[in-house]
Amino acid sequence: MSLKSELKGYVKPVAESVLAILIGAFVGALVLWFSGYSAGSAYYWLIKGSLGSIDGIAETLSKSAPLILTAITFAIGARTGLFNIGAEGTVYFGAISAIIVTQHLQNPIAGLLAGIFVGALWALPSALLKVYRGVHEVISTIMFNWIAFFLVSWLAVSVYYNPKDPNSTLPVPPSARLPLLMKNTSLSWAFIVAIATAVIVFIVMWHTKLGYELRTSGQNPRAAEYGGINPKSSMIWSFLIGGMTAGLAGAGIVMGTPPSYAITQGLANVYGYGFDGIGVSLVGRNHPLGIIFSGILFGALSAGATAMQQHAQVPLEMVKVIEGIIIIAVAVPGLLDLFAKLFRREGA
Amino acid sequence: MNEAMAISLLLGSLAAMVPIALTSIGAVISERAGVVNIGYEGILMFSAFFGAIFAELAGNGWVGLLGGALVGLLLGALHGVLTVYLKGDHVIPGIGLNLLGAGAVAFGIRAYWGTAGQHQVPSNAQINPLWMDAFGNSLSPLVPITIAVAIIAWWVLFKTPFGLRIRAVGENPEAADALGINVELYRFTAVLIASALAGIAGAYLSVDWLGTVTKTISAGRGFIALANMVFSGWNPLIALGGAFLFGFFDNLAIYIQNNPWLAGTIPWQFIATLPYVVTLIVVAGIIGRARPPKWDGKPYRRE
Repeated sequence: MSLKSELKGYVKPVAESVLAILIGAFVGALVLWFSGYSAGSAYYWLIKGSLGSIDGIAETLSKSAPLILTAITFAIGARTGLFNIGAEGTVYFGAISAIIVTQHLQNPIAGLLAGIFVGALWALPSALLKVYRGVHEVISTIMFNWIAFFLVSWLAVSVYYNPKDPNSTLPVPPSARLPLLMKNTSLSWAFIVAIATAVIVFIVMWHTKLGYELRTSGQNPRAAEYGGINPKSSMIWSFLIGGMTAGLAGAGIVMGTPPSYAITQGLANVYGYGFDGIGVSLVGRNHPLGIIFSGILFGALSAGATAMQQHAQVPLEMVKVIEGIIIIAVAVPGLLDLFAKLFRREGA
Repeated sequence: MNEAMAISLLLGSLAAMVPIALTSIGAVISERAGVVNIGYEGILMFSAFFGAIFAELAGNGWVGLLGGALVGLLLGALHGVLTVYLKGDHVIPGIGLNLLGAGAVAFGIRAYWGTAGQHQVPSNAQINPLWMDAFGNSLSPLVPITIAVAIIAWWVLFKTPFGLRIRAVGENPEAADALGINVELYRFTAVLIASALAGIAGAYLSVDWLGTVTKTISAGRGFIALANMVFSGWNPLIALGGAFLFGFFDNLAIYIQNNPWLAGTIPWQFIATLPYVVTLIVVAGIIGRARPPKWDGKPYRRE
């Protein structure tokens, strides 16, 4: 495929994602108006809080790092014909294993590797249940998310609790933390790790034999099998790689987010990234490079939410509403054609 | 275990059975017609929230249930239009509904009641139990209603022409179409019935069983219901039994958490994983012989 025709292939999906984002913003404004808030003020502070200052931009990029990684979990699943929504629970395990390992090995690489390894390990049962028992991954991964929530809560509260601070686990020791990219911000090497992972996944998925096999199994399992590809091993690889990136996301949160460098009470600071990653992936069209952009967009929503709540008095959960509407809009088949038809009819 | 404990465990299991049973019976009907919806978690959230609002405005829990059904119906219509009429993917809108439901309810609790995370539904807006004893054990009118819904759904699906057509459009839409059955209409209707039942289930959570609205009120029950649907082999009566089983383990977990001796031995978080672990074991054990309707999850386009 020539570069020009390859780029052309990107135009429509990008346009559809942009349209979905606009619909999300528009319907979000309606919800705000209906609930008695000022949409203008809410959006002003949302943007100002996320992109209006150097600190805001740093916060946006920092928030986007785990989202990019959990989105990749879902994207690899989707590309291989799976709906892997298990990133959520895997993030908790990635985070706690990074904390545990860095207590003993005070080295950032060891912490990241712990997250990756435990992430893959936690993804394995879903993979085996799917391949050998035919259990649908949507059901198994959701059940494992809840199981992870309770098990990691137990580890956080009863085993690795911080005796000096009842609101969090033991922190990652200073020598194992990911260095900050900018002083006095929350932007650390975790962001670089996320971008690098997205690029590596892109190369693996589109420029290696393994990636080719994974994608072929996703597009047409029967043809793949006929072509000598084992769909079972493709599925297992898909779960394992997805588990690695989600585990890495969790490790990155606790190793690269000041000030606590720990898991806070009720898993509050590691909760939700897996579910949000699904949206990030869908808006990024399940493509690692698209995901970098949509990850930064969702990161901005999340970073601006606090300013919106403080200054416009709009509950910060509003951004979740906007995200949800964006996803449903993305799910509308042929959104662009539908819109074009609508306007043509009105014009005539 | 003494008699009082057995009674409390039985009643608790029946109460926990209701939302899972109603949702999975709906899911059975929808999938029998060939439409997969994984958005029940979101429908439960929305209808728990709006059900409570309707109930409080009217000062009547039954109005809350009706409101929940209505909200479920509207969300189902959205899913139905996307999947049945626009021939879209069946799984992605469900994911969207679930994310939207979680966000909208967390937002709504703050925006509407001004409290963060939780709202207690006043007693005049809750449904009065059919029976109650001095120990706080009670039986909701929704328990017999749910049993009746299961029987009626089974009878309609397997003993009436309407049910035959629902099954036909899920099993062999081409043949159904050739016989003059409006495939899209039957599929859409099945989705609406399913989502209205899930809407009642959601409102039951807030205006009856739990009596509160929280950010995590559905707690995975929408997905447990889907697992239960698979477990039932797409049969409403077996789905009722399966829901009771899941309700039992849900209650056993609460019971063990409240038992000082057991709770001191086993961390309560381990016990809290019980319903989810049981779901996995049951689904993994049963799946070998379960077979979904042939056209489940596939859009049908007329040639």
